[in-house]
Amino acid sequence: MTAIDVNDWRIALVGTPNCGKTALFNALTGSRQKVANYAGVTVERKSGVLHTASGHRVDLIDLPGTYSLRGRSPDEDITRDVILGKLASESPPDFLLCVADATNLRVALRLVIELKRVRRPMLLVLNMIDIARRRGVDIDLDKLSAELGVPAVTSTAVRRGGIDDLLRRIDDIAGKPTGEIVASEWTTPAVSDLRAAQREADRVIGAAVSEPAKPDTWTTRVDAVLLHPVWGMVALLLLLFVMFQAVFAWAEPAMDLISGGFDALGAFSATVLPEGLLQSFVQNGVISGVGSVLVFLPQILILFLFILLLEDLGYMARAAFLMDRIMGGAGLHGRAFIPLLSSFACAIPGIMATRVIDNKRDRLTTIMVAPLMTCSARIPVYTLIIAAFVPNKPVLGILGLQGLVMFGLYAAGIFSALAVSFVANHFFWRDSATPPFMLELPDYKLPQLRSVLMNLYQRAMAFLKRAGTTIFSMMVLIWFLASFPRPPAGATEPAIDFSLAAMIGRWIEPVLAPIGFNWQISVALIPGMAAREVAVASLGTVYAIEGGNEAAEQVGHMLAGQWSFATALAFLAWYVFAPQCASTLAVIKRETGGWRWVLITFFYMLSMAYLAAFVTYRVALAMGWG
Amino acid sequence: MSDPDTRTLEAMQTTPLGLAQRGFCGRVSAIMVGGDHLGVSANEIERRLLELGIVEGASVQILHEGPIGRDPIAVRVNGTTIALRRREAMAIMVGEHDRAAKTVP
Repeated sequence: MTAIDVNDWRIALVGTPNCGKTALFNALTGSRQKVANYAGVTVERKSGVLHTASGHRVDLIDLPGTYSLRGRSPDEDITRDVILGKLASESPPDFLLCVADATNLRVALRLVIELKRVRRPMLLVLNMIDIARRRGVDIDLDKLSAELGVPAVTSTAVRRGGIDDLLRRIDDIAGKPTGEIVASEWTTPAVSDLRAAQREADRVIGAAVSEPAKPDTWTTRVDAVLLHPVWGMVALLLLLFVMFQAVFAWAEPAMDLISGGFDALGAFSATVLPEGLLQSFVQNGVISGVGSVLVFLPQILILFLFILLLEDLGYMARAAFLMDRIMGGAGLHGRAFIPLLSSFACAIPGIMATRVIDNKRDRLTTIMVAPLMTCSARIPVYTLIIAAFVPNKPVLGILGLQGLVMFGLYAAGIFSALAVSFVANHFFWRDSATPPFMLELPDYKLPQLRSVLMNLYQRAMAFLKRAGTTIFSMMVLIWFLASFPRPPAGATEPAIDFSLAAMIGRWIEPVLAPIGFNWQISVALIPGMAAREVAVASLGTVYAIEGGNEAAEQVGHMLAGQWSFATALAFLAWYVFAPQCASTLAVIKRETGGWRWVLITFFYMLSMAYLAAFVTYRVALAMGWG
Repeated sequence: MSDPDTRTLEAMQTTPLGLAQRGFCGRVSAIMVGGDHLGVSANEIERRLLELGIVEGASVQILHEGPIGRDPIAVRVNGTTIALRRREAMAIMVGEHDRAAKTVP
C-alpha cells in the first residue's frame, strides 16, 4: 500500500448469487462506483467509495457471487483470488462483508463457515431482513453470532434507513487501523468438508432461528403460471414477442434520429470543409464511422433494460428452466436463449448479453453462433435482392413468395446456429466437461429502478468505450481502403474503382467467381465489412449510381439487369453466413479477450458462406437460372 | 430445523429424486452419484449438490416440471427452490414423507 491510502480500509462484499449483494453495494456506495475489468479477464470489477459518518474513507469492492471459494467459473475464480490475495493486481481486502439473504440462510451460512477459514476479519450482513420478518422468520442475532463465531448485523438494502446499523459497524471498523494479514487456512473443500459445513450451518440455524421461512406465497402463485408446462411457455413466448417488438420498433425512431443526425453532421462537414481528402476523412471516416456505432445504442439500451428487469425480477433463471431441454438438444445452455434472441436485433448486444452464462464453454459456443442469427442489418440487403429478383407471386393462396424467401433466410440462420452449436458440442468440445444445469430459482422481487438505471448506464458506457474504440478504428481502416489511392485527375469512373478496396476486390474475384460473384460484388464486400447494410450503398457506388443509399430501388433495377438469378440467390446465401461485420468481430475480441475466437468465428462463418453460396449457385445454374 | 429421525429414514423406502413426480414430498436420505456425467466427475456433482444445500436430512418437494419430458425439475430444498435436471437428480436418494404427516401448504 502507498502512504496516501494507508488509512483506507479495503472491504470486500462476498455472498451467494441472489443474496442482494449488488443492491447493498449500490446502497453503500451510491453513484460513487467504478466498473472496470480485472486484468486479462472479462470479469467486471465493481468498486466504490464510502465515506463513513466520522469521515473515514472505505474502499468497497463487490465480488462476483459464489457458492464456494472453489472457483467453478472465471467470475468465481476472481472472487477466490481476491479474497485469498492471490491476484497480483489487487491487494487483499482487509475485511469481508459476507452478505446473506435472511430468507435463505442455509446456503449462505455454509459459505460463511467456509470463509472463516480464510481468517480475515468478517461481518455477516443478514440482508432483506424486512422480507424475512414479514414471512415470520425470527432470528436471534446475538445467538447466531455466538454460534457462528462471526459478528452479524441486519440490513434492508432497498429501504431508506435500512442500512444504518451496517453503516455504524463499518464506521467502527474504519476507525481502527487495518490489522495484520493472517495467513489463510483455506483449502479446497472436499465433499466431506462441504457436508460437514452444511450440517454445521443447519445446526446454527436450528439454534438461532425460531422458524424457517415459509415459502413466499407470491412466488408460489406466480410460478404456478410462469412455470406451468403450457402457460409458462405461452408467457415466455409473449414476453419474447414484446421484447423483440420493443428492440425493433421502439428503437427505430431513436435510431433514425441518430443516423439522421450523423448524416446531417456529415453533410454539414462537407459544406464547411474544402472538398478533398480531409473532407472525405471527416465525413466518411470519422462521422459515419462513429455514427455507425452509435446507431446501435438505442437497441442496446432497450435490450439491456429488458434483461436487467427480468434478471432483477428473478425471471431469467425461470426462462432458462423452461428452455433448458429445447436449447440442450443443440448443446446450448438454457441461459443462451436471451442472448441468441437479442442477436436478431444485432449480434453486438447479443454477444454482450452472453455474460449471463456463467460457464465459459457454453458462453463461447453462444458467442460463436450469435452472428448467425439474422440481425437487422441484413434486412436492407435481403429486401433489396428479394424485391429485385423474386417475383411477388402468391403461394398456396395466402402467402407471398417474397415473404416466404425472407422467412427461409431467417430459418436458415436459426437452423445453422443450432447445427453449428451441435457440431461444436459433439466434436469440438468433446474433451471438456458439460457442466450440469443446476441453478437457484430465486423468489420474485420488484426491481429497484435506481439500480436498474445505474446498471443500464454502466452497460451503455461499456459499449461506447469498448466497442467504440475498436469499431471506430476498423471504420477508419475501411475508409482508408476504400479511398486510397486517389483517382487520377479527370477520371470518370467512381473513385472506389481506383482504391485498395477495388484492388483487393479484383484480386479476390477469381476466388469468388465459382460462387457467381463478379468483381463489382467483390469490391462492394470490402466496405460491407463495416456493416452489412453498407454493401447496398457500396453496390450503388461501384455501379456508379448517384446517392447510393436513397436510391435503393434504383440499385435494385440496376442489379436485376446485371445479375443472373443464380448470382442473386448465391448472394443471399452468402449473406446468411458471411462474417460481414467488423463491429461484431471487434465485440467478440473484447468479450473473449483475444483474437483466437475472432479468427475461429470469422473462418467458420466464411467457409459456411462460401459453401452455401457455391451450392446455391451451382444448383441454380443446374435449374437453368443462370 | 431439526435433524431427521434416522430410524424413520431407514424405515422409509428410498427412491431417486430423478424418478419422482411433481408434488413429491420427502427427505434426502443419501447422495449417491452413480458415475461421471459428460466429463464432470461424480465427486464434482456431489459437491455442487451440497453447495446448493442438498444434504442428507433436507426436506425436498418437487414444485414444477419442465415442458419437455418433464425435465428439468424445480425442487424446494428446505427454504430454497433449485432447478436441476432429472439426470443429476438421480443421485439424490429420497424417502417419501408419511402423507398424513405432511404439513406443507
